[in-house]
Amino acid sequence: MSRTKLIWLLIFIIALAILAVFFVYPSGFGNKFKPWRLGLDLVGGARLVYNVDLSQVKEADKASVLEGLRDVIEKRVNRFGVSEPMVTVAKSGDQHRLIVELAGVKDIKEAINQIGSTPLLDFREVFLPEGAQDLEKAVFMSTELTGRYIQKAQLEFDSVTGQPQVSLQFNDEGAKIFEQLTEKNIGKPLAIFLDNEPIEIPVVQEKITGGKARITGKFTVDEARKLVERFNAGALAAPINLVSQETVGASLGQESLIKTLKAGLIGVIIVLLFMGFYYRHLGLGWFSGVALLIYIPLTLALYKLFGTTMSLSGIAGFILSIGMAVDANVLTFEGVKENLKKGLNRASAVDEGFKRAWSAIRDSNITSVITCLILYNLTSSFVKGFALTLLMGVLVSMFSAVFTTRTILKIFIK
Amino acid sequence: MNIIGKKNIFFIISAILIAGSIFSIVFYKIKPGVDFVGGSLWQIKIDDPNVNERILKNFLSEMGIKNFVVYPSAENKSYSIRLENISEADHQKYFESLKNKFSNVEELSFDSISPMIGEELRKKAILATILVLFGICLYVAFAFRRVSYLVPSYRYGIITLICLVHDVVVPLGFLVVLGHFKGVDFNISFLGALLTIMGYSVHDTIVVFDRIRSNLLAARGKLDFAKLTNDSINQVMARSINTSLTTFFTLIALFFLGPFSLKYFTLTLIIGIAIGTYSSIFFAAPLLVVWQTRPK
Repeated sequence: MSRTKLIWLLIFIIALAILAVFFVYPSGFGNKFKPWRLGLDLVGGARLVYNVDLSQVKEADKASVLEGLRDVIEKRVNRFGVSEPMVTVAKSGDQHRLIVELAGVKDIKEAINQIGSTPLLDFREVFLPEGAQDLEKAVFMSTELTGRYIQKAQLEFDSVTGQPQVSLQFNDEGAKIFEQLTEKNIGKPLAIFLDNEPIEIPVVQEKITGGKARITGKFTVDEARKLVERFNAGALAAPINLVSQETVGASLGQESLIKTLKAGLIGVIIVLLFMGFYYRHLGLGWFSGVALLIYIPLTLALYKLFGTTMSLSGIAGFILSIGMAVDANVLTFEGVKENLKKGLNRASAVDEGFKRAWSAIRDSNITSVITCLILYNLTSSFVKGFALTLLMGVLVSMFSAVFTTRTILKIFIK
Repeated sequence: MNIIGKKNIFFIISAILIAGSIFSIVFYKIKPGVDFVGGSLWQIKIDDPNVNERILKNFLSEMGIKNFVVYPSAENKSYSIRLENISEADHQKYFESLKNKFSNVEELSFDSISPMIGEELRKKAILATILVLFGICLYVAFAFRRVSYLVPSYRYGIITLICLVHDVVVPLGFLVVLGHFKGVDFNISFLGALLTIMGYSVHDTIVVFDRIRSNLLAARGKLDFAKLTNDSINQVMARSINTSLTTFFTLIALFFLGPFSLKYFTLTLIIGIAIGTYSSIFFAAPLLVVWQTRPK
């Protein structure tokens, strides 16, 4: 490449870096365009892991039940005013998990209560043992009809007694199941279970089409209204059980963020000074500083573009990657030093140094890449955040070491 | 610098480090964190002059909590309490009681992990360790695949792996000591740090060995392997130390200025990288010379 072209290339890279600075700066343009996603260890919040009990669900329906469960919980957590709640499903062995991440949630206790208290409604067939009349001895068999088929719930009052009632409208699929279920059980009792407790066991008079059901129960107006609200927010199609939680208070998060950023800044300054002074006789040291100043905003911009959640460990991974990014410069500069000793002129010493250093740079990062990939896939959130930012940082640093530093040196070393 | 000539000194240093680490691992044992075995970890700040560790412990017992351990952290008046896996209801109940009993109680964090999740993570951690080791072995085999000259390829590989053990056992021993005296449990983040160290260690050793090998290939005339190794070490010393130093600087800044929750994680990385750099220069290369000069 000609010198003019190289200069343009450098101007382009620098312009990109400046743009990246604005993009990653946590207020102004960058923040409006795409705000940072901060982990809950930085803004406070909760990470809740629920075990989903799918033992009552048919194999073929599992995926859709999980999906429905996720939607319902998402709806519920959206009400907490968290900027970006994350609800994800995961499978671990034969266990199904629901992971709820509420970064920045103020009242964690309330959030947990709300998620946990979701009504679990299902209809069960009733079998009485031979000769028994008493419902207390009845055996209940779960059916397919559960709260996930509810389209709408409404508060009504019995026209005669004035008792509050909850009327339910099933969706098409639910209506069909309800129809079959009532047809099969004409003249027999059918139990309605709420949160695994029978609330009503009416006797089916006739086949019910159209998917309308009514729970009379013995509610107070208030209870009935709450129930309706809960049904409309969505009933859970399968029971969930909190198996793990991580909560961080907001003050600890804020303090951690400031400390980590300060540490990162000081770390960068030390590295810059070290490289500048150590390689000053070579006349190269300060260039690595320039390359580093380009590397930092570009990498941060990449994290932001990919929507990487920046947690404490993630920032630690990034800071470590800064240290590793300079490794590539060290490898190159040491190569240049040797070439100069061999009697090459400066330009060819630099050129040759880069050619030789590339395989070393690549090799030096392979082990980190392998480790990060495995850690990312096989560990918990803390290590995941660390592995992801370190991995991306290492990849960008390889590009930066070769592309940016080389362009700069080609222009300035004659 | 004549490193090979003083190799016995370095072997003794390494032997002491390893023996000390193994001794502490056997003697103090690794204390797995709640994320591996299940349980709750509760960090609360109590800004109340009438509170100390003993009073808090007594109060926790009064509330009926069993099997708990309290670690006070003097710097911000907070306490880490490790207890059994308690339910959310109990957690809230205890927290209310604490708030009623003491003034200025603030919950910094609360982690609760059921034993089932702990077991899963344990399995995953073992799998991750095996995979990283496997990946590293493949990488080592790949790095030393070329024709061996004077020193058989496998010897480079085996010594690299010996170094890897060296570099992991020492920080692990350190962590165990830390666990014993400071109540730091071995949780998944430390495993992450150790696996990251492995990658670093192997690469550092390979840089040194690569230089030895290319010098071997270029060597003419009568060969003095010890001298050649020593020259090679001196040639790569600056780059090996400097690459570690830059990483070291950022980690040191994080250690001294960063938040408490990253302190021991960072410290583990610092120790691992320091040991890894030391071992590739002062342990791996001398080991190669010893093995070379006494062939079977």
